[in-house]
Amino acid sequence: MAAKRLSVYLMALPETPALAEAAVAGGADLLEIGFPFSDPLADGPVIRLAGERALERGMRTQRCLACLAETRRLVGPDVPLIPMTYASILEAHGYERFWADARTAGATSLIVADLPLEAAPEIPRVQLVAPTSTEERIREAAERTDGWLYLVSVTGTTGARATVSGQLEGLVERARALTGVPLLAGFGISTPEQAAAAAALADGIVVGSRAIQVAEESGAAGLEEFVASLRSALDAVPAPAG
Amino acid sequence: MSVAERGLFGAYGGRYVPETLVPALDELERGWAEIRADASFQDELAHLQETYVGRPTPLYRAERIGDGRRLYLKREDLCHTGAHKINNAVGQALVARRLGKRRIVAETGAGQHGVAAATVCARFGLECVVYMGSEDMARQRPNVERMGLLGAEVRPVEFGTRTLKEATSEAIRDWITNVETTHYLIGSCVGPHPYPEIVRELQAVIGRETRGQILDAEGRLPDAVVACVGGGSNAIGIFAGFLGDDGVRLVGVEAAGAASLGTGRPGVLHGARSSILADEDGQVADAHSISAGLDYPGVGPEHAHLRDTGRAEYVPATDEEALAALHLLAEREGIIAALEPAHALARALELDAELVVVCLSGRGDKDLAVVLSHGR
Repeated sequence: MAAKRLSVYLMALPETPALAEAAVAGGADLLEIGFPFSDPLADGPVIRLAGERALERGMRTQRCLACLAETRRLVGPDVPLIPMTYASILEAHGYERFWADARTAGATSLIVADLPLEAAPEIPRVQLVAPTSTEERIREAAERTDGWLYLVSVTGTTGARATVSGQLEGLVERARALTGVPLLAGFGISTPEQAAAAAALADGIVVGSRAIQVAEESGAAGLEEFVASLRSALDAVPAPAG
Repeated sequence: MSVAERGLFGAYGGRYVPETLVPALDELERGWAEIRADASFQDELAHLQETYVGRPTPLYRAERIGDGRRLYLKREDLCHTGAHKINNAVGQALVARRLGKRRIVAETGAGQHGVAAATVCARFGLECVVYMGSEDMARQRPNVERMGLLGAEVRPVEFGTRTLKEATSEAIRDWITNVETTHYLIGSCVGPHPYPEIVRELQAVIGRETRGQILDAEGRLPDAVVACVGGGSNAIGIFAGFLGDDGVRLVGVEAAGAASLGTGRPGVLHGARSSILADEDGQVADAHSISAGLDYPGVGPEHAHLRDTGRAEYVPATDEEALAALHLLAEREGIIAALEPAHALARALELDAELVVVCLSGRGDKDLAVVLSHGR
């Protein structure tokens, strides 16, 4: 059984390359870099506010791409680096041009939260599936996805919750029955305990809102420590019997 | 046909939503297809339109303001709750009941759709939550109070522009969270497929009635049909009656500071591709209008298509022009219109056309404070 994967989401900001480097030092396996959008329907208050502040600081597409390139320089060539954004950003930049520019800046894939599974097949991206997804859509998402499937572990928006959603287990079971691609669970996972609980089901986890809060409150050192605590929790998850 | 290809109006429309909502939109699409083919639904809707909404609404000839034109007003302001929004709300309440959804979320700008949603929820015994920007709550106080009286919960939206754009985003986030129990009662012909189509069909009653009424009154079709456009639901409803009549000009009037069709660019907002106010990076821009109902940076995808094909034309009117038209109609005809259709009236009064119909989409009680604060 391979080690559980840990993905950390950070909003694109001037300080983000240094934060990303700290997250990798703490044990993050992959990084998602949010390109802020004015109307982020999938996001709860923490990421929405982080996006508003990023836009106030001028983090438009070109500067986000520059942030991505600097992040790639700091974390080296091997860490998967995935911009996460909304369709309006790609629409304005041009879908193929966006992917070409992102790849040049060091991106390995994309996540577009509101772009339907069927749209823009020429743009590689990590597909999301949710507890409400039908078997047919999970199967299709697994076929089209780029490397792994993003499990939206709860019907809701991004952000911390008291416990890991009871909906995650059913979603993992349904997805496992349909596909062999790795499954990473996100939305509502914010503590080492929740990370361990979610990783006992899935192949890894995504932490976003809480990582942003920790980075804002205690900078790169605090983020590294937080990510390390998630890493330890994931590494302690027992491998399934047999 | 895949979801990406269904529900398109030319290059516009579609479904740009988080995956969580896609199955609910599929369910809605199926439910809508079943219900509209069902005679008992059509009978119930027609009965409610007649006995509850107050349809058909009159087509009134405004003899004292036409200035040489024969100017008719389609009196949607006389609908129950004071605006055309109830046409859509009644129909969607029947759809929600069919889908077994007992909870309704809605967004509102001017408060007219919020009141319509609260009204049908009271009538059908549904729980109702309305999201409204805090700036709009301040300028449309009477409608906030009406929603409370009707038993709805009005949730203020305190971030961003604090207007319809953010209220819509929050209503969609609520729907994402409560999708199993909740129907999203969208108020205009915007949003992901199948909403623009559902709202157009439910508002098309305006156009059907108007066409028959003008033929009865004048023995011919009008030269032009004029309606205000925010999201565009009253306009798409009245236009629907005349789309096949090539000799009838269809004129949509936007607020000058919220001209998504006049000055916008292709973009994605609230689940659909349309013409939106956005910058070159795709970030949605702020709209500005004295009228809360037009203060929206997006527009229904079908309007963007009608603009591109040239079947409809879209022109702006300023805050001042709308206020002047509102005062004129009040003083000459004894009708206090809402600020939204006052924009349509302002442009209609200048059209080079002999026989003109304006959709008077709502009454102005809600706007009294704003209008009086601007003086004459």
